[in-house]
Amino acid sequence: MSGPAAGYNFGYLDEQTKRMIRRAILKAVAIPGYQVPFGSREMPLPYGWGTGGIQVTASIIGEDDVLKVIDQGSDDTTNAINIRRFFQRVTGVTTTTLTGEATIIQTRHRIPETPLHEGQILVYQVPIPEPLRWLEARESETRRMHALAEYGVMRVKLYEDIARFGHIATTYDYPVVVNNRYLMRPSPIPKFDNPKMHRNPALQLFGAGREKRIYAVPPYTDVVSLDFEDHPFEVQRWDATCSLCGSADSFLDEVIVDDAGGRMFVCSDSEYCQRQREAIS
Amino acid sequence: MYVAVKGGEAAILASLEQVDAARRGDRALAAISVAQIREQMRLAVARVMAEGSLYDPDLAALAIKQAAGDLIEAIFLLRAYRTTLPRFGTCSALDTSDMLLQRRISATFKDIPGGQVLGSTYDYTQRLLDFTLLAEAAAVPALEAVAVEPEASPRVADFLAAEELLARESDDDGSPPPDLTREPLSFPASRAMRLQNLARGDEGFLLGLGYSTQRGYGNSHPFAGEIRHGWLSVEYLPEELGFAIDIGEIEITECELFNQFKGSATVPPQFTRGYGLAFGHAERKAMAMALVDRALQAEELGEPVAAPAQDIEFVLYHSDNVEASGFVQHLKLPHYVDFQSELELVRRLRREYQGRQECSGEPE
Repeated sequence: MSGPAAGYNFGYLDEQTKRMIRRAILKAVAIPGYQVPFGSREMPLPYGWGTGGIQVTASIIGEDDVLKVIDQGSDDTTNAINIRRFFQRVTGVTTTTLTGEATIIQTRHRIPETPLHEGQILVYQVPIPEPLRWLEARESETRRMHALAEYGVMRVKLYEDIARFGHIATTYDYPVVVNNRYLMRPSPIPKFDNPKMHRNPALQLFGAGREKRIYAVPPYTDVVSLDFEDHPFEVQRWDATCSLCGSADSFLDEVIVDDAGGRMFVCSDSEYCQRQREAIS
Repeated sequence: MYVAVKGGEAAILASLEQVDAARRGDRALAAISVAQIREQMRLAVARVMAEGSLYDPDLAALAIKQAAGDLIEAIFLLRAYRTTLPRFGTCSALDTSDMLLQRRISATFKDIPGGQVLGSTYDYTQRLLDFTLLAEAAAVPALEAVAVEPEASPRVADFLAAEELLARESDDDGSPPPDLTREPLSFPASRAMRLQNLARGDEGFLLGLGYSTQRGYGNSHPFAGEIRHGWLSVEYLPEELGFAIDIGEIEITECELFNQFKGSATVPPQFTRGYGLAFGHAERKAMAMALVDRALQAEELGEPVAAPAQDIEFVLYHSDNVEASGFVQHLKLPHYVDFQSELELVRRLRREYQGRQECSGEPE
């Protein structure tokens, strides 16, 4: 593996900035689910494309780390490749596609199917960190609501969904309560992945670059998806299984395969799918 | 047949080559030099420096070249470079009454000490396409220095402020100014923080917002008290030295708007100010900024806050074109997973809807 790019510090950010971000991360870990404002830097990748996650990763990565980057569950989507290439250029660390071997996994929109273990860090890219944002546009107001744990408005929203549609019509970025205190937005992962956050042995860090917030779920922390006694939280189910590996319990993406609208379902987690196939053959 | 999303890395590398090729254009023509852009596209350079928050004409010109003339992309390039620069300190406050003026006009007084200097402006060019430029034929006369002596042209606002007819700006208490690029925006946002945000805000966004205040969305009656463009020395006071040293000259445009204010319980009737400042020659930006700065003072002045331009959170959170451009365009990224989740829900809701339709249709 080649060394870091000439002219730039290891991990692109200067050490002062990394320290500032690590302080924000420590505060976030100390107050699970609380959004810590931080002096987000302008990164050489566009806002909205993972700058928060990139800054978190850049601040915690060391020479011995092994990095995996996924987008939509896959290591080979262009944005994942681009972020991986960025870290290869600015750190020279080893990268991997294997979930079990990575020490840091930066992700957009998915949690890997393979269970994480202690010592791993999952870094989420977060577009909008505020779970109450669609209900209250003002940051000054939502911060007050968090301070008072005034989350009734979200319960009402979910109730209205049930009244109108018969279901809670939120399928991704489904709100959770962390450590029985803060309402948290899990970033746009499908609600299928929400149960994986609960008491996960890995440290989960969330970076929102444009919105300048960091938050965290420490290992083995309670993460509960909001629901009602008579409408319990449930995850998506498919009638199909993965056309490639036959998995019946992974998140499936639909792929249109012909002009007649014919379709097939395949695992969104490409690494998991690959290993399942290897296990079969 | 599985349409795999493999091969992304090769596609990215091929795309980078195409970017370079497309930027270069027809190779039968000479490549444009960075120096040519700096000298002949100075207004584009000014915008990139202002919104890129970095005064460096050469790097701004380089960014414009690299971005094939896409100014927001050039601003992004400059900002990403700026982030990596160390901060040595804060310069002494600029006193714009010391400016070496290239242009200076006031719409509030017919004549002012130092006089009105029209200078270089597109205002009276009549906008007829000049086809001689197409032929590159006409020789352009070199500009003679028309600079006005700085001591002869004090700022118009200072006359009115001396008579208390214009609001005094709150005194600088000497504390270091906030740095929007190092600290997250928080509310209530100080005027210094707001002005920083507007100074690097997108010209088009501010123009539209400023315009809206003139059309009744946030009542304001602005007068262009003074617009000045020229050069100003920047001084820095190193602690170990004990005296300020001149570290260079920058080109800036400053705009002060005077707005009518009928007074409140504690403040007598007087004019209030909107302030705009931009790197380079950028009058449209400076004026739009001043309009929005004044609109954002509504709450402090006890005016109703009803229009978008008066809404501090709305304006400050959406003024930055690098943030906006990134987030709008992130929609290009794959959203297979979210979309799959929504698809599943919509299908389920449709099945239930059709079920209800069939049930209610039965009696007929």
